[in-house]
Amino acid sequence: MSASLTLVVLMAVMYAAGVYVMLERSLTRVLIGFLLVGNATNLLIFIMSGRPGSSPIVTGASVQDMVDPIPQVLMLTAIVINFGITALLLALIYRSWWLAQLGDEGDTLTDEHAAESAAEATATFRSSSDDDDAIAVSLDELERGDGATSDEDTDTRKTDAAGRAGASARDAEDQP
Amino acid sequence: MTSLVPLIVALPLLGAAIALMLGQRRRLQVMVSLASLAAATVMSAVLLVLVDRFGPAVVHVGGWDAPWGIVLVVDRLSAIMLLISALMLLGVLVFAVGQGIVDGDTEAPVSIFHPTYLVLAAGLFNAFVAGDLFSMYVGFEMLLSASYVLLTLGGTGARIRVGITYIVVSLVSSLLFLSAIALIYGATGTVTLALIAERMPDLPADIQLILGLLLLIAFGVKAAVFPMSFWLPDSYPTAPAPVTAVFAGLLTKVGVYAILRTQTLFFPDNQFSMPLMIVAALTLLVGILGALAQADIKRLLSFTLVSHIGYMLFGIAIGTPLAMAATIFYVVHHITVQTTLFLAAGLIDRVGGTTSLSRLGGLLKSSPLVAILFLLAALNLGGIPPFSGFLGKIALFRAGTIVGDPIIYVLIAVGALTSLLTLYALARSWNMAFWRPRKQVKDYTSSMSVSLVEDPHDEGIVLKKTISPLMIGATMSMLVLTLGLTVFAGPIFDLTTRAAANIRTPSTYIDAVFPNGTGFIADSNVGTNFEGGAQ
Repeated sequence: MSASLTLVVLMAVMYAAGVYVMLERSLTRVLIGFLLVGNATNLLIFIMSGRPGSSPIVTGASVQDMVDPIPQVLMLTAIVINFGITALLLALIYRSWWLAQLGDEGDTLTDEHAAESAAEATATFRSSSDDDDAIAVSLDELERGDGATSDEDTDTRKTDAAGRAGASARDAEDQP
Repeated sequence: MTSLVPLIVALPLLGAAIALMLGQRRRLQVMVSLASLAAATVMSAVLLVLVDRFGPAVVHVGGWDAPWGIVLVVDRLSAIMLLISALMLLGVLVFAVGQGIVDGDTEAPVSIFHPTYLVLAAGLFNAFVAGDLFSMYVGFEMLLSASYVLLTLGGTGARIRVGITYIVVSLVSSLLFLSAIALIYGATGTVTLALIAERMPDLPADIQLILGLLLLIAFGVKAAVFPMSFWLPDSYPTAPAPVTAVFAGLLTKVGVYAILRTQTLFFPDNQFSMPLMIVAALTLLVGILGALAQADIKRLLSFTLVSHIGYMLFGIAIGTPLAMAATIFYVVHHITVQTTLFLAAGLIDRVGGTTSLSRLGGLLKSSPLVAILFLLAALNLGGIPPFSGFLGKIALFRAGTIVGDPIIYVLIAVGALTSLLTLYALARSWNMAFWRPRKQVKDYTSSMSVSLVEDPHDEGIVLKKTISPLMIGATMSMLVLTLGLTVFAGPIFDLTTRAAANIRTPSTYIDAVFPNGTGFIADSNVGTNFEGGAQ
């Protein structure tokens, strides 16, 4: 097997470093680890193309001197896929940083849908143990056929939560 | 007939592009995605009939012949997988549309949901029709990227948290798969499945072992096989109900399909039988024991999902044609019943406001229809006769007893135990959520509930959601499909038997791709990379 020793050593180092960094807690380091391992894999594909040679284009060079083109095609595709996923990961990392900055309330905030996610806000703002009792009561009322009061109940809760979500959105804007 | 093969991948992709452009016009967008998935369903049904009658459909993309160009192959196994996944995708889409209508589309940004969902469908179909390892990888990446977006839909804290775990785990498995492809290319000089199948037996045994194990680990992560299954029960339940249903039904089965395909094609002597048996037993046991401890129905179902992957691995490990037929039947059964159960869990979430067993109660009185839907699907998964779950397991056990190794009897015992425990877990959840009167919920003490573990992301009771007839209809038609699998089990099992005969004799696959034999391929690259390797 005729492969460059430098490439093999480089690949091994990148795999090792990538796996090591991937095991860190910080998400950006995980991303860097993924990039390293991904590129190490690309190098592996490259190494597997065998001996080096002239470019695989019909220029008059003999077929025996040409390099195998298929691994290069595979590498290109893999690079594009890795690129797309890196972009997605960066977006998610930014999002999780944003949520971490806001603390618990961050869950209910999307940049422009603060009012729309009022339904979700109700879920998060309420501490479950207190409200379960209240809901059990209203459920019992519902079962007895007394739907009107509980409807009203939910409505007021919704508007209440929307108001609170809006307020915390304004708070968030104040902070740089 | 062959023009249908690329079309089934291209059509959902085209639908995704159109749906993305129609982001502002929701009704039109819904129509587009429903239409393209309905068309894909019809095409896959036609393909199944044609392939069953006339043999595998092979397309050389761009007119380049097999080892140089990309080749798409649909044999009976692929066609069965295509049809069942198209049906599931369509049913769940109807459910999601129903949910979107009820929620006024605030829960999920629909303009993103539909295109992503269609890309997921295209990726699935691509993985099933791929005739070479690399386009299988591309199909995997398509469906995984779409699943990353669907899992983190809305970008709430819980979803981002589990989403990142899910993405990193999937990425690692994808990179392992890619490394395996690179090594296989180095060893055999090709990525075309049919040609690898022909050259693999000539490789030294130790190299075959490395390549086989690398593929098994890469696909094992995707299929959630025991040591690599920890990510699944944490990530799936957090997504919206329709998304969870699709993930549970289909994503793990792509991994199973890939294991089935590569094991039968590359390693026809079934060298990996023993490790597969051990892993299958552990997957069955650990999965179901996890399910017993869960208080949340969605998490419970995720654990049973992991557990039942063990049955399919068991079938692959036995390796006889009957076992393969039983495995394919079980895959079809499991896809439908697991999707139905997750949709039913979505309905429970809506009528009860939560999926936590310690808070639910009295649902039989308030929503009898959901109770029946969940009960029938649960009995089916638990393997109560005469449902298809029972038939699939019996077929597997029967295939095992014919071979009759001691370890196979151990596995049959584990399988039967798992089936019973599944039934226990699901019957208990039905008991507590539906049968138990509402008034007992508060101070409930029972040996059934002492050891239950709550979902860490539990949000308490959120009563705000209603059910649309579309959601009930979609779940009901899924249930009818699982019952159809029971009623028409005979013809379907005949079909899977023919499919198993196909994959058990790899020469049919190789001959379909290379009708003129493989002698014309210059193997200049082969044997240069590994001394003493092929040829």
